[in-house]
Amino acid sequence: MLALFYLFAAISVISAFIVVSARSPINSVIALVVCFLSIAGHYVLLNAQFLAMVHIIVYTGAIMVLFLFVIMLLNLNKATEPMKSLGTRVAAVLAGGLFFITLIAAIRHGISITPANEFDPGVGLVRSVGMSLFNEFLLPFEVSSVLFLSAMVGVVMLGKKEPALRTVTLPVEPLTEAELERRKA
Amino acid sequence: MNSDLLAILVPVLPLVGAIILAAMRRKLSATIAGSLATALIASSFVASIVLFLGFDASTGGRTVQILDWINVGGMNIPLALRIDALSLTMMLIVTGIGSLIHLYSIGYMHDDERAPTFFAQLNLFSFAMLMLVMGSNFLITFIGWEGVGLCSYLLIGFWYTKPDYNYAARKAFVMNRIGDVGMVLGMVLLFQRFGTLEYASIMDMATGGMDDPLMIAATLFLFIGATGKSAQLPLFTWLPDAMAGPTPVSALIHAATMVTAGIFLIVRSSVLFELAPFTKDIILWTGTATALIAASVGLFQNDIKKVLAYSTVSQLGYMFVALGMGAYSAAMFHVTTHAFFKALLFLGAGSVIHALGGEQDIRKMGGLKGSIKITFITFFVGTIAISGLPLMSGFFSKDLIMAYGFQRSPVLFGLLLFGALLTTFYMFRLLFLVFYGTYRGKAHPHESPLTMTVPLMILAVLSVIGGLLDLPHLFGGHEPMKHFLETAAEAIRYENLELSASTEWVLMGLTTVLVFATIAFAFGRFAKRTTLEGAEADMPFFKRLIAQRWRLDELYAALFERPYGWLSTHLFSTVERRLMVPVMNGVGEAALAMGAVVRKLQTGNTSFHLLAMLFGMIIFLLITLLSN
Amino acid sequence: MDQGIITAIRIVPLEHYIVLSFLLFSIGVAGVVFRRNTIIILMCLELMFNSVNLLLTAFSAYHSDPRAQVFVFFIMLVAAAEVTVGLAILVMMKRNVDSVDVNQLNRLKG
Repeated sequence: MLALFYLFAAISVISAFIVVSARSPINSVIALVVCFLSIAGHYVLLNAQFLAMVHIIVYTGAIMVLFLFVIMLLNLNKATEPMKSLGTRVAAVLAGGLFFITLIAAIRHGISITPANEFDPGVGLVRSVGMSLFNEFLLPFEVSSVLFLSAMVGVVMLGKKEPALRTVTLPVEPLTEAELERRKA
Repeated sequence: MNSDLLAILVPVLPLVGAIILAAMRRKLSATIAGSLATALIASSFVASIVLFLGFDASTGGRTVQILDWINVGGMNIPLALRIDALSLTMMLIVTGIGSLIHLYSIGYMHDDERAPTFFAQLNLFSFAMLMLVMGSNFLITFIGWEGVGLCSYLLIGFWYTKPDYNYAARKAFVMNRIGDVGMVLGMVLLFQRFGTLEYASIMDMATGGMDDPLMIAATLFLFIGATGKSAQLPLFTWLPDAMAGPTPVSALIHAATMVTAGIFLIVRSSVLFELAPFTKDIILWTGTATALIAASVGLFQNDIKKVLAYSTVSQLGYMFVALGMGAYSAAMFHVTTHAFFKALLFLGAGSVIHALGGEQDIRKMGGLKGSIKITFITFFVGTIAISGLPLMSGFFSKDLIMAYGFQRSPVLFGLLLFGALLTTFYMFRLLFLVFYGTYRGKAHPHESPLTMTVPLMILAVLSVIGGLLDLPHLFGGHEPMKHFLETAAEAIRYENLELSASTEWVLMGLTTVLVFATIAFAFGRFAKRTTLEGAEADMPFFKRLIAQRWRLDELYAALFERPYGWLSTHLFSTVERRLMVPVMNGVGEAALAMGAVVRKLQTGNTSFHLLAMLFGMIIFLLITLLSN
Repeated sequence: MDQGIITAIRIVPLEHYIVLSFLLFSIGVAGVVFRRNTIIILMCLELMFNSVNLLLTAFSAYHSDPRAQVFVFFIMLVAAAEVTVGLAILVMMKRNVDSVDVNQLNRLKG
């Protein structure tokens, strides 16, 4: 099991790295899809079956396809960003690494590993998640439909093309010297 | 009607009048405004009479609480009025004489276009003065104290288009303020000692030895306040200048009411002063000095009102002499009789000025006794009252003070007698120069209207019969005023004249003979005058000094006004211009500069902002890390 | 195999998941901060979301609490909505300034 974990972990990290450093957006998208799939694998390892399915359907199936659509629509597949200088790239790695180390260090002392509940391998099965979702979290579940409604409305509003402003130009002649003098007086 | 409500109405009615008249000052005619003001103050007078008649003196007095005003920590100062013998006496004087003066002003200010404002201010003054005398604690009195100072400023400078008048108003206000500092300090000390400012409580609690430094200090400070308000040495130079205001103002404020506030205060706190004999001595000699100095200056004045002003200062000195000897009811008696005849004299002077179309210089008057008869007769009555001719009101009150003076020391009696003779001399000089001889002016004298002469007549009658208020045993009376006031101020019980009857008769006889002699002398010098005495420059040195009012104004200018002016000019040019302005501009510019620096962070670059966010997160995490 | 997977939950120590999640998160952060292409930034945001989801699921499995997985479900919900709106904004941006470079939106200057 540990070997599977390390395999999936390695795929995640490498593909994440490619997402961040690839020059062409298409390459980033592909790498991200690979990353998502590996994370789905992690979910399966944790026996979070429902989540794994939802993850694949929503993220890789919907969100990444949306990304691809937009890239194709706006013709962003060309690598438009100039190559970052070496210094910037080193700085990026350093910043990320620093952040990572700080995170790890910050929580180093604070993790309690003793499980909170009785070990239940069925956690993660659809039934278990469903019971929790529709009993305790019924209201947020219903309210999320409102969230989607507002997101849809927002997107439609944002996507509307505004009528172009019409500008009128008057023909204006430049003032002659004599006219300027006359007006100043 | 509930007598508490009556008590509250007494000051409130003139206040309402002041507000209404001030609000509608451009829409009312002078007559209507004056009638309204007079009606209100007359109603207060009626209310005061009702209260007086219904007052049971043996109770000592009662407090009418209006509001629980200041109640914080250990300090409890209610907005309350005290109705007792002393406050009733003052209320009657203020509202009674006030009503007469309001009535008089209707005629006097008839042609002035700002007359409604005048009546509003007069009413406001009455309100403040009533709060002063009716207050149940030092703080209410102080509010009234400040209020009368303000109204005095407003009314002296009523004709504000003349810069001299404004200067006089400011001078009065500033000198009053100097005294006010003393009063505040006195109040602070008293509060510190007694924990309260209520008169009733303090008089009950005040005990202690005769050398208590706090009591001496407190009473000295209160006395300083009194000198500012009642024009004693050294704070009296404002009063003659205050004659710049209309004559009714001089009559009301500077003769009958405001200037007696200082005396009222000391009588109110008589218990405290009894515990500080040192202060009483100071009061005594200050009063004597003031009486003599003012009387001496009055000898040479040529403005009818200025003579009366110096006379007021001098008579106030007599009242303070009485206070300094512990003769509180004698002082109050003199306050009452002085209110009668001094108001009469001022109103009479106003009538003369009105008759002559504004002339105030007595060198341009004369021989008016035929043309303005009523004014002449009433003025004559006032003059003999102030000179203390037998059986006039002034005779009883002044001789009482002089008798106490003799009891204290014959030297003091001699000085007071000298002052009385000076008073007689300059008052009769005034009378003779204005009304006798031949007319030296150019106007057409005409008698004043009824609204002006009726008050004169009433006051003349009061000046004659006023002596009955406190008729001494010697003349068959039983001193009703003294016994009445006793109930309000314990210390009066110990005020006793212990001279033998024969001594008293001798003193009175001596005084009367000398007074008549002085009148004869004045008659000879002034009654038949057609020309006036020589100019100032020809006088010998001492006479010139007195004629120049002892050059006190010049002294004050050199000691205080000029250094202060120099200081403020220099402070402005050096400190303010060179120091403070750059500093303050500098502060502003520093803020702008800092802003300019910080503004550079707002680059508008999204990625820069994201980076900054990242750094912020790292810092927070580091803090979490390090604090564990 | 079923048995093997079930018992595998407690074989991989929780710290491993924490480290993995933080690593992915840091990579995402570095991407957001240092890339100028808006699309890439949005994708790195998604990466960050996912790292959090992973961590939550791991905790859910270890503490046998299904509520964390429900929470992950909601995070996915919100992430979907957010991506939609974010892409709409990107389309607008392309329309207005004709570029997806995030530094072109720099008019909010001090």
